[in-house]
Amino acid sequence: MSEPVTVITGTRKGIGRHLAEYYCDRGHIVFGCSRGEPGWERDNYNHFVADVSDEGQVKSIFSTIRREHGRLDNLLNNAGIASMNHSLLTPVNTVRKIMDTNVIGSFLFCREAAKLMKKNKYGRIVNFSTVAVPLKLEGEAAYVASKSAVEGLTNVLSREFAGFGITVNTIGPVPIDTDLIRAVPKDKIESLVERQSIKRLGQMDDVVNVIDFFLRAESEFVTGQSLYLGGV
Amino acid sequence: MQQEIIELIVETARELGEDELSLTEELNADTRLFGKEGALDSMGLVTLIIAVEQAIEDRFESPVALADEKALSQTRSPYRSVATLAEYAASQIQGS
Ligand SMILES: NC(=O)c1ccc[n+]([C@@H]2O[C@H](COP(=O)([O-])OP(=O)(O)OC[C@H]3O[C@@H](n4cnc5c(N)ncnc54)[C@H](OP(=O)(O)O)[C@@H]3O)[C@@H](O)[C@H]2O)c1
Repeated sequence: MSEPVTVITGTRKGIGRHLAEYYCDRGHIVFGCSRGEPGWERDNYNHFVADVSDEGQVKSIFSTIRREHGRLDNLLNNAGIASMNHSLLTPVNTVRKIMDTNVIGSFLFCREAAKLMKKNKYGRIVNFSTVAVPLKLEGEAAYVASKSAVEGLTNVLSREFAGFGITVNTIGPVPIDTDLIRAVPKDKIESLVERQSIKRLGQMDDVVNVIDFFLRAESEFVTGQSLYLGGV
Repeated sequence: MQQEIIELIVETARELGEDELSLTEELNADTRLFGKEGALDSMGLVTLIIAVEQAIEDRFESPVALADEKALSQTRSPYRSVATLAEYAASQIQGS
């Protein structure tokens, strides 16, 4: 088989950047996107400046991949935004932005990816949730609602895509030191970590390990699952 | 344009063949695609629509979305027949 073709969203920084570099280094042809320019490079890495919730932009990413490679093996729906705020103080616009990026973005990428993956009757999709969902984290109502929706999407798509040889799973990380959690007060993060079975922050390698497992060809019988880190 | 798209749909269906669509007859403009007397089951319909979307994209060199809310309505679905699908696709191309 030739090099795997992998789409990763939200690659400018954070977990998405780490994943893009990791899979490029392992010989994948990686197509990434974010609203901003990445400011880093790799052989095998192709960047699109695109908003994941913009249907036209998303479609043109997949047209390019189809034209250049005619196939797609993996999709990592990593792009995501959060907002820490009491629900009574959360503007509706914040809720909309979170839903657009986390839910609409994941939906569009799953839809377009599956069209391409279907051709080879093979595909691996990993969506991103968070332990804030099972922990019912106060202060993150909109974020938790959006990630619950992502899990629901995973569950249904795993069934709709099963006949195409495509698996769809969700990873739910614990807090990891990226910009996403920098605005969250320290004591809030500490009390969150206290609710995990294994009480430490997550590392990039913890995420990579789970994704490697979901992406393996041998994981063809694993679909529709939400896997939380840290024993949540 | 509609005639050209009708031909594209027929050709696409032929390429997908019996294996992918479980079709036994050639399509023509009047072929009903799904429902009571439809030529396709629901999986076949999805496969055909997506293949047509990609064929149109290649032919007209611009992405087009054939997703539609009324997809499974017996009376209003743009996927009712080859002709209505072609008409719908033409309107999407012109609208984009
Ligand atoms: N870090 C954690 O503690 C943690 C915990 C649980 C789950 N997660 C999940 O892990 C994923 C990655 O989080 P992270 O910590 O790496 O966040 P991050 O450091 O804030 O990075 C987010 C990435 O997504 C991109 N992005 C945001 N909105 C976008 C949009 N509308 N369209 C395209 N790209 C967009 C950003 O680039 P641009 O700004 O250039 O668009 C950036 O590259 C998210 O889904 C998050 O919910 C993270």
